[in-house]
Amino acid sequence: MVPAVTALARLLRTTAFKLSLLYLAVFTGLSGFLFVSISRNTDTLMTEQVVQTVDAEIEGLADQYARGGARALVAAIDSRARRPDASLYLFVDFAGNVLAGNISRLPTTVLEEADGGVRRVKYGRGDGETEREAVVRTFEVPGGFRLLVGRDLGEQTRFRDILAGALRVWLVVVVVLALVTWAFVSRRVLKRIDAIAASSRQIMDGNLSQRLPLAGNGDEFDRLAISLNAMLERIEQLMQNLRDVTDNIAHDLKTPLTRLRTRLETTLNEARGEADLREAMEATIEDSEGLIRIFDALLQIARVEAMSPDGGLQPVDVAAIAEELADLYAPVLEDEGGSLKLDLLPVQTALGNRELIAQAMVNLIENALKYARSKNGQPLAITVMVRQEKDRILLSVADNGPGIEVKDRDRVLDRFVRLEQSRTEPGYGLGLSLVRAIARLHGGTLTLEDARPGLKAQIDLMVAPAAKAGGEEIDGTDRS
Amino acid sequence: MMRILIIEDDKQASAYLAKGLKEVGHMADQASDGEEGLEMASAGSYDVLVVDRMLPKRDGLSVIQSLRKAGNHTPVLILSALGQVDDRVTGLRAGGDDYLPKPFAFTELLARIEALGRRPKAGVDVETVYRVADLELDRLAHRCTRAGKDIPLQPREFRLLEYLMQHAGQVVTRTMLLENVWEYHFDPQTNVIDVHISRLRSKIDKDFDSPLLHTVRGAGYTIRNGAGRDSAG
Repeated sequence: MVPAVTALARLLRTTAFKLSLLYLAVFTGLSGFLFVSISRNTDTLMTEQVVQTVDAEIEGLADQYARGGARALVAAIDSRARRPDASLYLFVDFAGNVLAGNISRLPTTVLEEADGGVRRVKYGRGDGETEREAVVRTFEVPGGFRLLVGRDLGEQTRFRDILAGALRVWLVVVVVLALVTWAFVSRRVLKRIDAIAASSRQIMDGNLSQRLPLAGNGDEFDRLAISLNAMLERIEQLMQNLRDVTDNIAHDLKTPLTRLRTRLETTLNEARGEADLREAMEATIEDSEGLIRIFDALLQIARVEAMSPDGGLQPVDVAAIAEELADLYAPVLEDEGGSLKLDLLPVQTALGNRELIAQAMVNLIENALKYARSKNGQPLAITVMVRQEKDRILLSVADNGPGIEVKDRDRVLDRFVRLEQSRTEPGYGLGLSLVRAIARLHGGTLTLEDARPGLKAQIDLMVAPAAKAGGEEIDGTDRS
Repeated sequence: MMRILIIEDDKQASAYLAKGLKEVGHMADQASDGEEGLEMASAGSYDVLVVDRMLPKRDGLSVIQSLRKAGNHTPVLILSALGQVDDRVTGLRAGGDDYLPKPFAFTELLARIEALGRRPKAGVDVETVYRVADLELDRLAHRCTRAGKDIPLQPREFRLLEYLMQHAGQVVTRTMLLENVWEYHFDPQTNVIDVHISRLRSKIDKDFDSPLLHTVRGAGYTIRNGAGRDSAG
């Protein structure tokens, strides 16, 4: 019983039920309005017809009176009153004695107000039959006589009864139809919604690869499910990224943390003096700083990946950044006999984040400083290049070092990937990951190419929408 | 000596900072939440406030905004676990004067506090010529002389020397130089700043008897007359 009640309560709460109720109310209201308006109009029309008939009778009787006086009138009324139709007559003298007619009961006031006006009255035909309704006209006839001519409204009442009966049937049909619609709609809608709810519950329970069901007919539920599925796809991908990063962090932080802990333990057990302790502590601080750097770098990559290019990108002069950074790093290379050259062509203003573009360029320059020194003692030469190709601004850093083999070029962009030959250099394998994230934020990519010899790393940025183009657009709208 | 207020909810970190500051001769008070910090900062006359960004009861940035609204312009150093560029910008926009991401070396914090505390007050005329011993930097004429001898400097070298002399006698860290001379906020993995310092040093110190530009081990650089707390670098 209880489940049945809750199921009913659930049905009553549905939108389908509320909608059906609304339809029902609207249809009922509309039918009521239609009925009232039809019955009113027909009533008026029929009353007019009745009055016309009454007027024709009166004309005929007036003729009789003109020809033969009151006596002829009484004879005419007597003959007409015997006809079995809806016409009503009553002819009385000054004392109210009935001289002719087919009405036995009538409100007395009707005969007193003999002004010829049209009235609706209740009357009886005698034989104790029930009161009926009629339209009548009453006149004074010279000699103290009064004449009433009228017509029974039985037909009209019958017509109204038929209409009322039709309305009742119609109402039942409307209610039944509403119930059927409700049952159909709610069954269909509830089925779809229950399916979606069941799938989302599974997804919430942790089955992130589950998707919402599609009926395949492209209706509004399908469109909703398609959007939600796209959202789930993105969430799953982000979760996967997050899981990868967490795994990598766990892996790469555990090694230095274990080393740090082992050193502290060993020192605690074996240290023979202050010098030993001091040395261990300095090494520990150094290690912890390395850990912090890894954390910072990972956080920054995550932040950049989560940033939206819609907000926060501003017009940036890429060539100016290249000049400033070349000015910063050139002395480092010159001191060891190498060189840092700038190769700039005039480019448009880029749309980007100045700090992040600088960070990307710094990572590429520092990578070259770390990994591109060749073993044969040839001086390191770095070239920073800025170019424009259509609406992309290309920013590249090339070196003359050993380069990266084709098979490693994709891999080296991932987090924590360090090539074997570079393991001896300090670093965490996060620099290029950050550069790639920054390039992606700017709608671009990071590509690694062979600089023959050496490596050329390039990112591309979008051109800032020029103020001039905007002005032309505004001019255009003004003219139109 | 400077009066410093530390508003930081991590009691251990706060006590460590206060102890360190007292050891180098400053006075340090501590507040452990935003409300208490705002009250103490409004009531006391401090030279520098060190404000953690995330505080119980009242957010660090809101403390700074309230102080600034009330007309209190004590220099503020914001400490934060959030170190990204946009976080720095929001911090400075809220009225902070400098921003130091956690974790940091104590020497870095000390150098920044001292730089803030000795900043020329607003409205006071800024010197146009900086002097350290016989080294002179004329900021208007863009000229550098030592013992009357002209020293030609590149524009960036001039900016570097200008910043060092503006903070003469104080320790200036590598990141402070990168932020203020080059206006970048990244963490260089290479010795890029040292190379620029050594170039500047070869111009202003090489041909003269007493060196003025000193390396402070584990912290940064300082420009001053005489040896003092110097160590070979």
